[in-house]
Amino acid sequence: MGARGGAILMRIAQAIPVIVGVIVISFVLTRALPGDPAAQFAGLTATPESIEQTRVKLGLDKPLPEQFLLYVGQLLRGDLGQSISTGRPVIQELGARLPASLELTLTALILACAIAIPLGVLAATRPGSWIDQLCRLLVTAGVSLPTFFTGIVLIYVFYYLLGIAPSPLGRLDFLYLDPPHVTGFFLIDAAIAGDWATWRGAAAQLVLPATTLALFTLAPIARMTRAAMLSALSADFIRTARAAGLDSGKVLYGYAFRNALLPVVTTLGMVFSFVLGANVLVEKVFAWPGIGSYAVEALVVSDYAAVQGFVLAMALLFVTLNLVIDLAYSLIDPRFGTSSK
Amino acid sequence: MSISRRTFLAASAAVAGSVSFARVLSAQAAADTLVVAYNQTINSLDLHRTGTNRASYQIAVNCYDRLVTFGTKTLPDGSLSYDYSSIEPELAESWTISDDGLVITFKLKPGATFQDGSKVTAHDVKWSFDRAVTVGGFPSTQMRAGGLVRPDQFEAVDDQTFIVKLDRPSKLSLPDLAVPVPFIINSTLAREHATDEDPWAMEYLHQNTIGSGAYKVVRWDPGQQVVYERFDGWVGGPLPAVRRVIMREVPSAATQRALIERGDIHMAFDIPDKDASELADRLSVHSTPIENCIHCLCMNSNFEPFQDPEVRKAVAYAVPYEAIFQAAAYGRGAPLWGGTGEIDDIEWPRKTPYATDIAKAKEHMAKSKYPDGFDTTLSIATDLGWMEPAAILVQEAVKELGITTTIEKIPGANWRTASLVEKSLPFHFENFGGWLNTPDYYFFWAYQKDRLFNSSNYVNEEVHELTEETLHMPMDDPEYAGKIQRMFEIVLDDLPRIPLYQPALNVAVNGAADYQFWFHRMPDIRTLKTVES
Amino acid sequence: MTDATLTSVPEPSENPSSGSLGHVVYVLRENPVTAAAFGMFAFLILSALIGPHVVPYDPLATNAARVLQPPSLDHWFGTDNLGRDVFSRVIVATRLDLVISVAAVALSFAIGSVLGAIAGYRGGWADAVLSRVLDTIMAFPLFVLAMGIVAALGNSVANIIYATAIINIPFYARLVRAEVNIRREAGFTLAAKLAGNSDARVLALHIFPNALPPMMVQVSLNLGWAILNAAGLSFIGLGVRPPTPEWGIMVAEGANFIVSGEWWLALFPGLWLMLAVFTFNLMGDGLRDIVDPRRRT
Repeated sequence: MGARGGAILMRIAQAIPVIVGVIVISFVLTRALPGDPAAQFAGLTATPESIEQTRVKLGLDKPLPEQFLLYVGQLLRGDLGQSISTGRPVIQELGARLPASLELTLTALILACAIAIPLGVLAATRPGSWIDQLCRLLVTAGVSLPTFFTGIVLIYVFYYLLGIAPSPLGRLDFLYLDPPHVTGFFLIDAAIAGDWATWRGAAAQLVLPATTLALFTLAPIARMTRAAMLSALSADFIRTARAAGLDSGKVLYGYAFRNALLPVVTTLGMVFSFVLGANVLVEKVFAWPGIGSYAVEALVVSDYAAVQGFVLAMALLFVTLNLVIDLAYSLIDPRFGTSSK
Repeated sequence: MSISRRTFLAASAAVAGSVSFARVLSAQAAADTLVVAYNQTINSLDLHRTGTNRASYQIAVNCYDRLVTFGTKTLPDGSLSYDYSSIEPELAESWTISDDGLVITFKLKPGATFQDGSKVTAHDVKWSFDRAVTVGGFPSTQMRAGGLVRPDQFEAVDDQTFIVKLDRPSKLSLPDLAVPVPFIINSTLAREHATDEDPWAMEYLHQNTIGSGAYKVVRWDPGQQVVYERFDGWVGGPLPAVRRVIMREVPSAATQRALIERGDIHMAFDIPDKDASELADRLSVHSTPIENCIHCLCMNSNFEPFQDPEVRKAVAYAVPYEAIFQAAAYGRGAPLWGGTGEIDDIEWPRKTPYATDIAKAKEHMAKSKYPDGFDTTLSIATDLGWMEPAAILVQEAVKELGITTTIEKIPGANWRTASLVEKSLPFHFENFGGWLNTPDYYFFWAYQKDRLFNSSNYVNEEVHELTEETLHMPMDDPEYAGKIQRMFEIVLDDLPRIPLYQPALNVAVNGAADYQFWFHRMPDIRTLKTVES
Repeated sequence: MTDATLTSVPEPSENPSSGSLGHVVYVLRENPVTAAAFGMFAFLILSALIGPHVVPYDPLATNAARVLQPPSLDHWFGTDNLGRDVFSRVIVATRLDLVISVAAVALSFAIGSVLGAIAGYRGGWADAVLSRVLDTIMAFPLFVLAMGIVAALGNSVANIIYATAIINIPFYARLVRAEVNIRREAGFTLAAKLAGNSDARVLALHIFPNALPPMMVQVSLNLGWAILNAAGLSFIGLGVRPPTPEWGIMVAEGANFIVSGEWWLALFPGLWLMLAVFTFNLMGDGLRDIVDPRRRT
């Protein structure tokens, strides 16, 4: 156990250069964006003098290294800066919007896993059969269309034509008030408050965007499950187990599935990152007040602090996630060399 | 198998049930609430703050008052519009202008109160105007257009009397007090929240509305919605009919259209021309040509081929105006081509004498220094939808003249910098519209040397001089019309920018009435009413 | 299937080419869907090669008189808002879309494999540094990183390819690294080393092929994602330059016409995009079967 604890500490230490890398890259990337935030924010009928005033006010008249040092200094004090476009502290904005994105993403992922992993296992146990082919066609169809297209089609069919979906106006219809803030996840907060009408309202709003995202993520999960299961099932130890007469259920779930989980978990981590990215587009279609649409807005108007804060928050999220995945590796796969870490 | 099917049916029934429940509520809540969808995000409650975007100007319009406002007129199509020619009281009860035109004295309405119940005084006006000219950026620029530059021009004589002193008389001063910028703030309350670093309480006003306007913001979820609630003590005009207005941000045009068609929102503000033209026969759609605004094709005189007047004429005859008007604007707005060429009035925007005539275009091209054509870049802004179809049509048309163009898409943040600040785009589109509706005001921004919207780098001494002379001259001055007509004549022959058409602001309403168009292109919710749809 | 570990180590020099070909034919015959996918792929390649010469209309020619026409005999897929023939545009777009996806994936595959193999095989410093660099890229939300890169560099085809390639590198590198890491101490590796093979040779010929099956799945997914990525960039206005026909930009622009009833603008390019992604995905499975050392006979 001590060795493992050390390994975890090592792993956390390794996250530090990543964070530093992210800070540097996001700083450079935002500065490389074309467009002059001062001109953008000085407004409609700005003159060269008023643009210059704005530049000084935003601190953009200082040389880049100095700006960077100021930024790092701010970070060390736990200050992500002020978004120039919304004029509010970036950390406050992220705090308000991150739960919206996470709630959507996690709902979609859970939905996708619940469908895709059984499909993948099913396909792998009967490779080449019509079930296998059907699974392939099904999940592939899901990933083959751009999310914004699927989203608009779903709105068109279920809201516009059939009228069974609620109006695509974000997280809650304007009839309901936000549930009292505990976690920021409306489903959880509404459940805590015991406000089931609001809970249903929030769940109804989630259905279409989560389906859109889930359709998109079925394929990677199902296919990785299938591929991994196939590899596992063709491995020696399975054949040995089968030869030893272990019952097929135990072989399938006890041995093959457990081994197949390794690449599936890897994929999940990547898919999560991917889905948060795809969120950007889905949020736009469904007027979802998430972090993705915030980042796009910020990027378009060169709102440096907001973009950097967003990227940093995402980075922290992923570093934590990767850490968990790496640890899961060592739990799932005994072959994985912890000694080298 | 049968069990799982039954559970599935039960589950879907439950979903459907909750949805129809929501719909019932929706109908009840609609009684004194209006829901408006807007595709822009509101990023501040304070117009004076650096970085406040256009969409946020509506807060200044709806939650604050100015001394004066514009009257209302009915357009030929029966819809309502503001009336630039009539100035009416808002917070001021009356005003007098001194004989030399240099001093305007306002008397405030005695019953005017702020939303917290305190009285509106001339000191509040003074503080608010000082703020507008001091904070820099857009508010100060806009104040300057009316000759309002320094705090010492404003004086509160007593609680009811406020004086504006001008350096020179100008026809733009009074109208400039009716634009959204010089709005009046509860200075007592603002001062309580001011600090040494923030003497103008920018922080506080960014998040709170403390005016005397018809509505107050009771809830602002950035990126989602603004909820307005009526202030019953408003004296600036007739009390609004609607108690609560929810301004929802809906970024996707397709979603916005689905919502208004299904009747889940009462008003879709600033919808694309295409949706407007298609919804027009089903809903009530207002497409108001925007006063003093022109969508132009600009040729930058810093680039060699466009210095040749024959090239500019050739392009002007090659442009497929009708096709652009249909493809980019779906016929919404007003055509600006195929005029007679006679200039005997001061109407602006006006039809140019040019029309699509490829033979004439080729003649001009042959006479130019580039009979075989040249290569150039045609730039468009990513977020301005009308530019792309227009660009593709222009590209195809000028190819006939041997002009090979590459279309370059420039993202929003860079567009302003490249086109207006650096003025570095050889061949591009431009969409300036002046808030103050006089031709000289348009010329001031778009045709005078080095002005922001003069993205063609146009320099003409005579136009510059004439603009200077006419800018502050009263429009009934006997010399005014002649000078303006001379300006039209020069720029329509020189063609630094080719007017294409006058765009429209499209608003669809479903279950609401009395929408009124404003030059600032913001939803003014004060006049709206609900109606049975 | 034969014994998996030792005898399955591929020895390309000793494999007669007819044997490989025979294996391909065998896999295709075994799996009709894969065969169909290869057929589709041939069709796509054909459209990419000769499409521009056989389409009925100039894909760039506008026609103000025939705007937004529904599909008809004249215009099989209808016309768009500028009167351009959607069928011609869809077919002509094939070449560009294939170039974008294949180039982007090839770049990330090559760079990712090399980096991942080095990191996994050498371990230690190289592993630590490379892993941190990859983690740094992964730590960005990928689509937003792609947006940032394209926004910063400008929206040209080359930049869209680079951005797509960069965001995909870690996927390959991490997969290869994990596989190599597991196998570098495996029996067959040690055997190959003892037989006097150099590190590079062991890595390239003995260990790397084991990483190919999961990577093939990844490639097939990524080829599709690359096109979808370009489509997403188009949706927020960072796609290829107009008037170049490209599926993503056509779907993105057409999507706004769905609610108004002009479904053909988005549907047909969407269908082709879907077809291409479909083909890539199904081919990935087929390729996996072909290259998987354990399925070699």
